[in-house]
Amino acid sequence: MKAKIPVTIKDGYHINSSTPSDEYLIPLKVTWKSTGALEGGQVVYPKPTVEKFEFQQPNEKPLSIYSGSFEIVVNFKVAGNAQAGPGVAVGQLRYQACSNKACYPPKNIDITVPYQVQPGS
Amino acid sequence: MSRLRFATPLLVTLLAGCMLESCSHLSREGVGWSGSVRAASSVKPDKERKAAPDFSLKDADGKVVHLSDYKGKVVLLDFWATWCGPCKIEIPWFMDMQRKNKDKGFEVLGVAMDDEGWEVVKPFLTDLGVNYRVVIGNDGTADMYGGVDALPTTFLIDRSGKIAAVHVGLASKKDFEDGIQELLQAPMAASVIRAAVPALIRPK
Repeated sequence: MKAKIPVTIKDGYHINSSTPSDEYLIPLKVTWKSTGALEGGQVVYPKPTVEKFEFQQPNEKPLSIYSGSFEIVVNFKVAGNAQAGPGVAVGQLRYQACSNKACYPPKNIDITVPYQVQPGS
Repeated sequence: MSRLRFATPLLVTLLAGCMLESCSHLSREGVGWSGSVRAASSVKPDKERKAAPDFSLKDADGKVVHLSDYKGKVVLLDFWATWCGPCKIEIPWFMDMQRKNKDKGFEVLGVAMDDEGWEVVKPFLTDLGVNYRVVIGNDGTADMYGGVDALPTTFLIDRSGKIAAVHVGLASKKDFEDGIQELLQAPMAASVIRAAVPALIRPK
């Protein structure tokens, strides 16, 4: 089962991908604090864009980034002993954003994925 | 076998730092400056300059550094971080300016805003061969300077310890050089001379 986390980044800004091109760069990362009746939580990030920015030196590698709108997919499965009823998976999305001229401190956003475990047919 | 149904996925709109509309006009009221993110690069007239807040932060050797230690010198105070791409463009410029102007009473002082502190900053400084002093900053320091959020943010401070110019985001090398030369060539205030050579001044 998949949960999709839609993300929209304001025009003129970008964030590092989950696999940035430099060790000092802070990657996009989803982590889970609790998943309730769900197991797994493997995160599938979209394919990043590789782009050179005007603030980079000529000999620097292009950056691996996300911009605009995209989705992060999370794969879950229901635990074997799950009880029927509502639940919520709680996690955190960490990102670090820049424009062409400046960068902003890394931020954390709380993520909640409500779900309903239904009795099997 | 249980079936799972997800509720409507959460829409996550990333609004980082000054991507929020309310952040497009940064205020530096605490240090007597206000303006947009694209701050003017010219040096402010002396009467419009406010005192740069003093701070006590540690350098790479663990020594406490006060901004007031630099009174009598022109200081380029640079807020930066290892994860900041535009900052890495400016740092070699600042190294060059340090080299060329140190003997004229100029110093660059870097304030690293990395949460991980020296663990990441020290190797970074070694890799680049940074030739000026760097301290680790914190939220308190940023707040004193009007809330530094966008990096790099660079302050040019005159010999009297007053803020003469602010650059938010990547600026031009020429703007920095012009500002530094103007401040280096400005006549020194009597109070600054007295502070620098107290033994030569005797009250009547």
